[in-house]
Amino acid sequence: MQEAIITAFGLAILSPLIHRVSPRFSGWLLGILIACLSAFLFRFLAPVASGESIRSSASWIAGLGVTWSFRLDGLSLTFGLLITGIGALVVIYAGAYWAGHAHLGRLYILLTAFMGSMLGVVFADNVLTLFVFWELTSLTSFFLIGINHDQPKARSAALQALLVTGAGGLALLAGLILLGQMGGSYELSSLIEQRTQIISHAYYLPMLLLILAGAFTKSAQAPFHFWLPNAMEAPTPVSTYLHSATMVKAGVYLLARLGPTIGDTPEFRYGVTGVGAITFALGAALALGQTDLKRILAYSTVSILGALTMLIGMGTREAASAMIVLLVAHALYKAALFLVAGAVDHETGTRDIRSLGGLGRFMPVTAAAALIAAASNAGLPPLFGWLAKEGMYEAIGFGGWGAAALILAGVVANALLVAVAFLVGWKPFFSATLQTPRQPHEAPLGMWIGPVVLAMGGAALGVWPAWIQPLAAAGASAVHGQPVALKLALWHGFNLVLVASAVTLAGGVVSYLKRERLLAGFDQLRGLARWGPDRAYAAGLEGMYRVARWQTRCLQSGYLRFYLLTVIMTVVGLAGYALLRGAESLGYVNWTTIALYEWAPLTLIILGMAMAVTVGSRLAAVAALGVVGYNVALIFVLFSAPDLAMTQFAVETLTVILFVLVLYRLPRFTRFTGAAIRARDVVAATAFGVLITIILLTVTAQPLQSRLSGFFASESLPQGKGRNIVNVILVDFRALDTLGEITVLAIAAFGIRALMKLVSQPGESK
Amino acid sequence: MTSHVLSTATRFLLPLLLLFSVFLLIRGHNEPGGGFVGGLVAASAFALYTIAYTVQDARKILRVRPRVIIATGLLAAAASGSLALAAGNPFMTGMWAPLEIPALGKVGTPLLFDIGVYLVVIGVVLTIVFSLAEE
Repeated sequence: MQEAIITAFGLAILSPLIHRVSPRFSGWLLGILIACLSAFLFRFLAPVASGESIRSSASWIAGLGVTWSFRLDGLSLTFGLLITGIGALVVIYAGAYWAGHAHLGRLYILLTAFMGSMLGVVFADNVLTLFVFWELTSLTSFFLIGINHDQPKARSAALQALLVTGAGGLALLAGLILLGQMGGSYELSSLIEQRTQIISHAYYLPMLLLILAGAFTKSAQAPFHFWLPNAMEAPTPVSTYLHSATMVKAGVYLLARLGPTIGDTPEFRYGVTGVGAITFALGAALALGQTDLKRILAYSTVSILGALTMLIGMGTREAASAMIVLLVAHALYKAALFLVAGAVDHETGTRDIRSLGGLGRFMPVTAAAALIAAASNAGLPPLFGWLAKEGMYEAIGFGGWGAAALILAGVVANALLVAVAFLVGWKPFFSATLQTPRQPHEAPLGMWIGPVVLAMGGAALGVWPAWIQPLAAAGASAVHGQPVALKLALWHGFNLVLVASAVTLAGGVVSYLKRERLLAGFDQLRGLARWGPDRAYAAGLEGMYRVARWQTRCLQSGYLRFYLLTVIMTVVGLAGYALLRGAESLGYVNWTTIALYEWAPLTLIILGMAMAVTVGSRLAAVAALGVVGYNVALIFVLFSAPDLAMTQFAVETLTVILFVLVLYRLPRFTRFTGAAIRARDVVAATAFGVLITIILLTVTAQPLQSRLSGFFASESLPQGKGRNIVNVILVDFRALDTLGEITVLAIAAFGIRALMKLVSQPGESK
Repeated sequence: MTSHVLSTATRFLLPLLLLFSVFLLIRGHNEPGGGFVGGLVAASAFALYTIAYTVQDARKILRVRPRVIIATGLLAAAASGSLALAAGNPFMTGMWAPLEIPALGKVGTPLLFDIGVYLVVIGVVLTIVFSLAEE
């Protein structure tokens, strides 16, 4: 398993190279390599289906309980195959979709890196390792949504997705740490055995809420669903891969994975099922009202994510089976439909459903794939979507008020989804021909192979469900926590489920035909959107910016002298307060021990200072400061610190050079300040000088009892192999500090360079 | 304004100063000196050249761009620490070659680290000097 993850990241590094070597066939090459990864995972099918779970573990950050551990069971393998299988098709598609695009190589890197992160999420056994990969998917998603970074809408959508899923991620981290503390382990495979201890723990509810916040934001559950349709700003291959087939299902995966550990409690059941059912119905209703093909699909994805969440919340054996079947069915048909939407956009120049019609004649292959996928979406027999819908109704059951409410929500939502399926799979291709911005023609091979394979997959699994049965059974067992015997069949006999399916279908056809009337009804609710979560997000973001601007205005004057004044006065205030409270005794200066030659640099320093502050020319002031600096270096020499002295001399020389270079650019010297301001500066400078003097006197009053100098003196040669203690400290004992310092130096140099560039090209800067 | 005295003197001073800076770098482990002060001396040599001639001349005689020197230096410093990782020790553990090379003395990762510091200092100072001196 970890081989698969490492390979995926390796491919991400190699992909730009592959693209450079063969820009025309890079999509195919990369797609085939990813397909090999899929084939590699297929090898685990037999052992996983027989109930085995394969585990590998290595130490990572032992002190924090983070291990590099992975586990493969039915659920992870189902996800792993979807991720790599759809990934291969999407990469091939992307190669054709963005053929010749300047950022295609970048798209490959991000897509494959995302694939690796997603594999990490579903294979990880350690919850903290899982979290690392979880965040990586959010990050790669941010870059993928914003890949057209010159468009403001793409940037804001990327930021929105990052902020929503990132905030959820923080909650999730807290929840996972709580979970680990409660269960005494961070391994999913051991946590499941601590179930009774965890669900009876006092912190169960906070932990649950935090984890749900993470999962719900990631999987776009109401009221966090708004970021997903906005993320449709991404190019279609990205939307297909991340925002329908894989990433948004990470939250669903997490809930399904943790279900056996923290689920099957009233809190979990009502919370998760309730939110799921609401999202299910809401998403379907919102989908029908859209006119952009991709947004229709996005909302219908939100709806299905709700259905999956609802099924996980129920926690029964049937629900677990239905969830796995729906997961696979949805991934197949929704990915196909997204790819079709991209192909339509690519060939006609529009995604507006109102101006699409009669494309079947021009793009027969794409139309056929769309029709089959949409039929699966609508839940028509004999497609896999039919099995998914039947399974859902069977799992909900028909006993009790709760089930009745869920069935009602399910029938309404599914009927709306049937209408949506007509809208995306029928209307653009088989209704009356409409004029499109571009003369439509069939998409290239790379762009129809994906939809065709996925649609055929959905059809094949519907006709021969036995193919997927072992994997689905293993997956359902993992979700349920106990072995589930699963029997998939197209025909279940005449029963209530069949009636519900028939009602759904009839309702769907009616809602498609009466779409306009239905939407007119929705329109009256449009006013509610003003209070929707999208607005709350916008208001929250604006509020944050406002606070940031306000505090920047308060604290950042933009004048160096005020910053210096603030720093100096803060130091004087805080250190002065500490000194006064401590009331240490002061040392005294024995003036008689100062040798005559030591007076010379002292006098020169004082004279230099006096000249620097009074002279009316910048150059003279710099020279005066140079005098001060050189005399400080002289004092180092007198007190036998040759290293310091040498460095001081070199620094002083360079400082003078730098000053002169800066002065060269400044306007003529003038006095701007009045007497009051200069008096204030005198006070600040005097206070600082007095403070430093007092500190020095205090320090010299204490006996010198550092053990450090003794240690360095005795250990420098044996351990550092050097006699120059200062240098050994710098490059060996405290080398990490030095590394940090030189890094800061390098950053500062680039900052100065950038500043000077800005100054010298004022036209290009703001 | 060019000064013939300065530009002629600089032509001879530059190699001498550079030689001195390397001397400081190498002796630093046992005697006063080291990568930091060595780097400052080398950078001053080029700064002197910038003043005596022009920035373009100084860039030409330096041959590589200052930021490349910064990057190389940081890489050398990081590599000297990472070598220990490869050997299974904690990051930054000093490692020494068993033999002693006549002019250099003992050779080990701290020397590589010091060379990194030397290069970063040269690169940083020259980046600043060149940026400021360019029109």
